[in-house]
Amino acid sequence: MALLEIENLVVEFQTSTGTFRAVDGVSMKVSAGEVLAIVGESGSGKSVSMLAAMGLLPWTAKVTADKLVFDGRNLLGMSGSERRKIIGKDMSMIFQEPIASLNPCFTVGFQIEEVLRIHLGLGKAERRKRAIELFEAVGIPNPAERLGHFPHQMSGGQCQRVMIAIAIACNPKLLIADEPTTALDVTIQKQILDLLMRLQTEHGMGLIMITHNMGVVAETADRVIVQYKGRKMEEADVLSLFEAPKSDYTRALLAALPDNATGDRLPTIGEIFKQTSEGAAQ
Amino acid sequence: MTPVLEGKNIVRNYFLPGGLFKKEKTVHAVKGVNFKVEEGKTLAIVGESGCGKSTLARIITMIDPASDGELFIDGKKVDIAAGDLTPEMRRKVQIVFQNPYGSLNPRKKIGDILMEPLIINTNTPAAERRELAMSMLKKVGLQDVHFNRYPHMFSGGQRQRIAIARALMLKPRLLVLDEPVSALDLSVQAQVLNLLADLQDELNLTYVFISHDLSVVRYMADDVMVMYYGEAVEYGSRDQVFNDPQHSYTKTLFAATPRADVDTIRARLARKNAAIAS
Repeated sequence: MALLEIENLVVEFQTSTGTFRAVDGVSMKVSAGEVLAIVGESGSGKSVSMLAAMGLLPWTAKVTADKLVFDGRNLLGMSGSERRKIIGKDMSMIFQEPIASLNPCFTVGFQIEEVLRIHLGLGKAERRKRAIELFEAVGIPNPAERLGHFPHQMSGGQCQRVMIAIAIACNPKLLIADEPTTALDVTIQKQILDLLMRLQTEHGMGLIMITHNMGVVAETADRVIVQYKGRKMEEADVLSLFEAPKSDYTRALLAALPDNATGDRLPTIGEIFKQTSEGAAQ
Repeated sequence: MTPVLEGKNIVRNYFLPGGLFKKEKTVHAVKGVNFKVEEGKTLAIVGESGCGKSTLARIITMIDPASDGELFIDGKKVDIAAGDLTPEMRRKVQIVFQNPYGSLNPRKKIGDILMEPLIINTNTPAAERRELAMSMLKKVGLQDVHFNRYPHMFSGGQRQRIAIARALMLKPRLLVLDEPVSALDLSVQAQVLNLLADLQDELNLTYVFISHDLSVVRYMADDVMVMYYGEAVEYGSRDQVFNDPQHSYTKTLFAATPRADVDTIRARLARKNAAIAS
């Protein structure tokens, strides 16, 4: 059975120039133990659709869907307090900017223990023990000492590890990683991706990886969804996506990779995509 | 032919004064780096954050003085610490920054942003300034109508075009590009890289291209320098460095770069299936 099931998700924002449809009829399914990558450029609605599933969008957003089910429970029309029992516990998220998403006023230890206190109701000593365990699991050296540090005392890679530790604190069934490595160096990126993949296999979590880096997709995903302007252009398993992309947009996206450059100039998405019938329809 | 840019044993130390409880400290940001770039060529500098590549960019752009070593631009020795830098020298090197959202003044119109370097550095009359800015705008793929707009009205890729246009207003010989595409999407990245390649051919520009994305470096560079903790651990032509990396750090860097080809995916899936079966 699918862990998260979304059918025909639509997210709209009211703007001064009319309604803006950020996500336009996206459907997806994620099972336990599966890695799904959502790829697209900025503005393709990949983050917004996941924020909608998490219920983290501001009230100005209008979210509608035919089906939004997590672990057999309908998220649509669920009250805020009910929902807060699920998000952060069974379903959690890692955000793009590790330094910006931690609270600068509290120690990282406080921030991780907060999750353990609210969701699991652990006592003080138990919380500290578990926090140290989690820091060890994500590869932070001297965990006991590090708990007392503030985010600004840590590097970007270390902050991202703290974010991951917070996200997996309650052994979630589904982890959503929103561009987890975009702000990091390649060597650190490799470490963080390896860590995420290790945790994913160890715990049998479902993992949704939002990214615009095709390399990250190739290195992590089982299945891939390509989004463009709020619509799903293609869904395929990772091998067939790279081997034989069905959609013109995916083909254009892969051709624009500097790795695949053949001539003097790179083919740009506009050039290839707008000439095709699919592009003209957009 | 004299190279456009040459650095001999460039060193840069930052001195951190001590306090009541803190000992004073010297940070060696760049530890004796040599490089040479011929006209119309691209030197790529690769390394992780904190390896000194941006410090080196600041030295090349004549923003910061080097603590030791000699810097030659167009065969002329440059020493800003001595304070004898002519405006002509300054005009030869321009820089494009990483984040186009932060490097354009939000309260100025695009036209004013482009004309500002001319006002500061030259005596070009107003009408001519305007004409130069207009033609530069077209050269980077924007239009006349954009002249009177503000930066917030543009997308990331367009802003980076504006930043490149501004850097080119003074007709520099050398352009320092500090991670010019790392804040951009894949599709826009290709457009900006193409623009840079076009401009290099047209104006015979020399580039110093700073990046941590190896696929972009492989596409853009003629020569590659890999920096690690302030030292150039690898320096050579692109093919040399990519096909036969010598230093262990370069090898680590290559191994860490995610690869988007079918063989890699096949190998990974095979590993995963084997792990599940066992």
